[in-house]
Amino acid sequence: MARLNVNPTRMELKKLKARHATAVRGHKLLKDKSDEMIRRFTVILRETKTLREETEKALAEVLKQFTVARSVTPSFEVETAFSMPTNSVVVDCATESVMGVDVPKIKLLEERKGNGLPYAYTEITAEADYSVEQASKLLPKMVALAKSEKTVRMLADEIERNKRRVNALEYVMIPQLEETIKYIKDKLDENERAAVVRLMKVKTKDVE
Amino acid sequence: MIGKTAIVGNGDGIMVFKAAGVTTFPAEDEKRAREILRRIAKDYQVIFLTEDLARPLKDFLKRFDEQPYPVIVSVPAGGGESGYGMEVLKNAMEKALGVDILFHND
Repeated sequence: MARLNVNPTRMELKKLKARHATAVRGHKLLKDKSDEMIRRFTVILRETKTLREETEKALAEVLKQFTVARSVTPSFEVETAFSMPTNSVVVDCATESVMGVDVPKIKLLEERKGNGLPYAYTEITAEADYSVEQASKLLPKMVALAKSEKTVRMLADEIERNKRRVNALEYVMIPQLEETIKYIKDKLDENERAAVVRLMKVKTKDVE
Repeated sequence: MIGKTAIVGNGDGIMVFKAAGVTTFPAEDEKRAREILRRIAKDYQVIFLTEDLARPLKDFLKRFDEQPYPVIVSVPAGGGESGYGMEVLKNAMEKALGVDILFHND
């Protein structure tokens, strides 16, 4: 490991020792952070997986239902019936902090008017009503999935970044500082010994 | 803050969400989807994207992971789920942990 390019003086030694202490403390903190983040990540990951499985299954059902609905109605009728939605899905967006990472926190705000269907019952078959109903019911789940999947992705990125920081400190920064400190210490000791020897030499010359 | 939801996809599958109140943006291919996403990313907070479009746009979607919003999430298209959603989870898991704790299939 390369040592830092500094002058071997007491001043530098003091500075480096302070930096070394900070690096060690920072390393410990980051490592703890990493452990906790991974713990939370695994919990959220498991949740997301179940949520996704459920959502995908339900959604497949809805789409199947809708295909049936479409097949029994002429396509232009379906299109006109569906083209003017009466209600709009609004969400309440906020952020929350998971281990210092700002992740989304979304809540679905229910805004249903009447029966929630954009057409009259007479316009279209019951299958369509049913599939729209199912889709509306599925939305909270989909929004929850969106939230937790985003959290998983953001946390994964953050964990990776944090890991890099920990490794940089552990394998580069701290060894480098240690080596430089040792080098300066050796150099200072050497200087001291040289000074003592020089004094002794001068002393013997004096006696002569 | 009040946010809006949108769904980007192709085909009929998204129409049912239109009736449910989600704004729909039809996109027949990935190029079009990319354009739409770029346009609506600031206005819509929750965007659903069908899997067949999400897969080729994987790298493009990465840039949205830096900020909490917009949240772009893939949903199965009309042809059933293709396993893309699980793949996303798996990638995140491998990136963060380096080991497989959920799927155990390799």
